[in-house]
Amino acid sequence: MMLVKHAQDQGQPPKELMEAIAKLSEEAVKSGTLVGSGGLSPMATSTRVRLSHGQVAALDGPFSEAKEVVGGFAIFDLKSKQEAVEGALRFMELHRKHWPGWEGETEVRQIFGPEDFPPHK
Amino acid sequence: MTATDTHRAIDAVWRIESARIIAGLARIVRDVGLAEELAQDALVAALEQWPNSGIPDNPGAWLMAAAKHRAIDRLRRSKLLERKHGEIGRELQTRQEMAVADFDTAIDNDIEDDLLRLVFTACHPVLSSEARVALTLRLLGGLTTDEIARAFLVPEPTIAQRIVRAKRTLADARVPFELPRGSDRAARLSSVLEVIYLVFNEGYTATAGGDWIRPALCEDALRLGRILAELATNEPEVHGLVALMEIQASRSTARVGPSGEPILLLEQDRSRWDQLLIRRGLAALERAEKLGGDRGPYALQAAIAACHARAHTPEQTDWARIVALYEALAQLTPSPIIELNRAVALAMAFGPAAGLELIDTLASEPSLKSYHLLPSVRGDFLFKLGHLAEAQVEFERAASLTRNARERELLLGRAQACAEAQPRPRLH
Repeated sequence: MMLVKHAQDQGQPPKELMEAIAKLSEEAVKSGTLVGSGGLSPMATSTRVRLSHGQVAALDGPFSEAKEVVGGFAIFDLKSKQEAVEGALRFMELHRKHWPGWEGETEVRQIFGPEDFPPHK
Repeated sequence: MTATDTHRAIDAVWRIESARIIAGLARIVRDVGLAEELAQDALVAALEQWPNSGIPDNPGAWLMAAAKHRAIDRLRRSKLLERKHGEIGRELQTRQEMAVADFDTAIDNDIEDDLLRLVFTACHPVLSSEARVALTLRLLGGLTTDEIARAFLVPEPTIAQRIVRAKRTLADARVPFELPRGSDRAARLSSVLEVIYLVFNEGYTATAGGDWIRPALCEDALRLGRILAELATNEPEVHGLVALMEIQASRSTARVGPSGEPILLLEQDRSRWDQLLIRRGLAALERAEKLGGDRGPYALQAAIAACHARAHTPEQTDWARIVALYEALAQLTPSPIIELNRAVALAMAFGPAAGLELIDTLASEPSLKSYHLLPSVRGDFLFKLGHLAEAQVEFERAASLTRNARERELLLGRAQACAEAQPRPRLH
């Protein structure tokens, strides 16, 4: 899974970036690797349900203290972590090219599969 | 970046780009084997140069350019050779007729058609099914011979030889690098689908070895299927096959127990089914149906798998619909295996006696003589009908027939349970 994180309120991404990302996703679909993806709506519309000091409470956004937010995610079926890193590099390269000044990161995390729960022998 | 990192990065780039590079080259040189060699040469060049020069900005384009240069060299040399042979009056057949000047445009156009051509060529009926599988994983899946060998639990040289022979067979038979058309197309497509499903099944129900599932093969097959679905968007059976594989793959975590033992469908913890894959499977099935392909063999099997996927508990399963789908499938591709499955569905819909009645008509079927699932299913019906002694015999027979160690344990366990549940003879 790739989680794209960036500072809040960076504004709308440029059209060129969106087009380039669409093209990259299309390629990933065609290579049979992109399983699911989504962009997330702004923090202002989010709600946090939190357990703290034994209390569960729902708190509506926006959250001014959040320095970095998750802006989107994508799930890939890939052979290796390196393949995922390669994909993330290409994705971030598009940001560098089409959105000057934007800063953020793509976090590559593995989703466990059946092979990660080896039988207890 | 260390040399190891660079090598890992090159592996990743290769996995992503190799099929496209081979496909593009194959169209130029008209020889899949040669195209693969050229691509490999480019990979070797990358392994030599990138650790020093760093990874280029567009590694795929770099590899393609390097392979192209090698292809042009080969073309020049073979033309030279051709001339020399002409001088001494001998005829040299060559498949490499395209002028070098056309190279650049040809490589960029229609890469998707090239990929599709590569799929059809790798799965050509002139090759044995083992050869098709190995070549498809190699050319389309970007797997090394070592990876293929490990997946199929055979020695690496066996796979390497299989691939070399397959390439030679294609060259000797002068298999054109083309998209099949007309009536040929359907048969050729079904050969492609068969290869992909074979890979999937080898991963899903390992026929040999100690493990019940080899997930890597399932993933490779799924990836190939998804690629094909985007290449041949109007073929309903392609989407049917993808739907079938996605839904079956959704259960892979749930169908293995903590000690690696198989857990059968109805005993699985359905909360462990992967809902993302189920959604994708149902969407692919819908695509097949929209294209009017809901009666193809893969779409029918996918529809059966979907019946299970939609049921949140085993009790919610629409068994009557499954019976009907198996009937349709049996009409399309009559097979004792399908009848066996229909017997299971019948038993679920209308009771074990109904299933037993059908299964007993299969007892004399020669193709099922050493098929472990026949006694296994029959044992299950007998068990449910309370005929424990007969059930025990069937489970033991099934255990002696299966080649899979995990499955044998499961069957022996059921036989044992039958033995324990039987009233012991009274001692006087």
